[in-house]
Amino acid sequence: MSTLLEPFQYEFFQRALIVATITGALCGLIGVYVVLRGMSYIGHGLSHAIFGGAVASYILGVSVFLGAVVWGLVAALFINKVARRRSIGADAAIGAITSASFAIGIILISVQRTFVVNFEALLWGNVLAVAPGDVLVVLGVALASSMFVFLRYRQLLFSTFDPEVAEVSGVNTARVDIGLAVMLTATIAATMSVIGVTMIAAMLVIPPVIGRLLTDSFSKMLWISVGTGTFCGFVGVYGSYYLNWSSGGTVVLTAGVLFVFAFLLSGWRRRIPALGAEAH
Amino acid sequence: MEPLVRFDRVTCRYGREPVLVNVDLEIGPADFIGIVGPSGSGKSTLLKAIAGSVEPIAGRIERASDVSIGYVPQVETVNWFFPVTVREAVLMARIDGRHLPWPSAEEVDDAQEVLERLGLGGLAGRHIRELSGGQQQRVFIARAMLGRPRLLLLDEPTSGVDVRTRHDVMHVIHDLHHQGLAIVLTTHDLNGIASHLPRLVCLNREVIATGSPRQVIRSDVLEKTYGAPLEVLSHGGMPVVLEQYPELLEEEEGAKVLPLREDHHEHPA
Repeated sequence: MSTLLEPFQYEFFQRALIVATITGALCGLIGVYVVLRGMSYIGHGLSHAIFGGAVASYILGVSVFLGAVVWGLVAALFINKVARRRSIGADAAIGAITSASFAIGIILISVQRTFVVNFEALLWGNVLAVAPGDVLVVLGVALASSMFVFLRYRQLLFSTFDPEVAEVSGVNTARVDIGLAVMLTATIAATMSVIGVTMIAAMLVIPPVIGRLLTDSFSKMLWISVGTGTFCGFVGVYGSYYLNWSSGGTVVLTAGVLFVFAFLLSGWRRRIPALGAEAH
Repeated sequence: MEPLVRFDRVTCRYGREPVLVNVDLEIGPADFIGIVGPSGSGKSTLLKAIAGSVEPIAGRIERASDVSIGYVPQVETVNWFFPVTVREAVLMARIDGRHLPWPSAEEVDDAQEVLERLGLGGLAGRHIRELSGGQQQRVFIARAMLGRPRLLLLDEPTSGVDVRTRHDVMHVIHDLHHQGLAIVLTTHDLNGIASHLPRLVCLNREVIATGSPRQVIRSDVLEKTYGAPLEVLSHGGMPVVLEQYPELLEEEEGAKVLPLREDHHEHPA
């Protein structure tokens, strides 16, 4: 028993576990809307775009988190604007804008070589180096995002499923889209130092996909996704202590293993109709 | 009776292109109107302008103070793999008044009542993809009905469905009209739908003609609306639009008889 509780004696580990668990839940929550809006690649792209903003903010001596959020939000809105031109698809707009933004970060790092080590944490994550202030930032973003989803659940669902009719029915879809972009950007900015920008995209996508594989109901998918993200954050960091693996990598690998199980289970349920007929 | 919606020389545009030009239209509480016209003629924009989601750049749209409007989209635009059950899809219409994510007992009862009224009572927990074509269309009619509208707008309600489903859907729409709802729908189907409606509006950016099917389903009106010659016959007092060119029919008949017979004699296998 004392072996199982051993890591909890370290404060850095307690913080890591809290932040990773909240991050998992948060990515699971936002990821549902990202995946269902066909924006999986925007999660990946924005996590790279924000990297440029974080580096630039560091150089300017302003808050890295706020700088990253503002930079990411500008990138997200710019992507929306460019993607509306019919000659340029959304995927191409995401690719062009976020890659350019990421390149700015890389060039700034190569010019200012003195702080390379700090920004490696943003790229690959270092959950074991979480400061008490980071815990508060992640907790604040998680609470604000949960509140937004709670209070705007109906508008978010309607505009995700059927934006045209939602608009006709009185939903201000532009405002909902901006709210979602702010939430997505803040989530990525707050969590990138925990699991790293390259891992965020995976955590925004895998838990919702697991939820989608296991249910045909939106509300159930949301719960499954949040639950899966929470589980992966906790188990991934806890397991990485004993396995001596990269924490961010272990979190995502846990999600990957669950995805394989969910995929096999969903195929099995389809072959046995009685099991697939949940909620009917 | 005071009209529910009145258009007075309304012009709408997307970007620089005008989509509707100087449209005059009046929709009464007992109206059942079909809007016909070619693709890109502004039919869907007209519905959205009626619903209030497209603002005119010129002219005026007046709505009765107590009018509530339900909108049913084309089912071809629906993402059938989206994870929503029938009940969840219908309850989406409830966006005002309650901020909590889950529906109240009253909302669930209202949704069930509308579903039962449309013959979907036992399907509330099903995923929308698992329904037949007619049932799927009825789910979105049910969603629009949940707001207790006085005016129901339907964008191509029978587009891409088979004859039986078309009949099923039109039966439901006629029932709703008989229960007191004003209906405005768009359709490409001149013979199967438009010729059976009480009133038609022929649209091609501007209103070309309006009146009963007998008054507007005429060669000159259709040619002006569609920009192509269309022959109209009368069958049992109903106008029937010939949508094939006679010269093509003659070629088809000449081609299919003789060569096929020769082919059978020479190659019996």
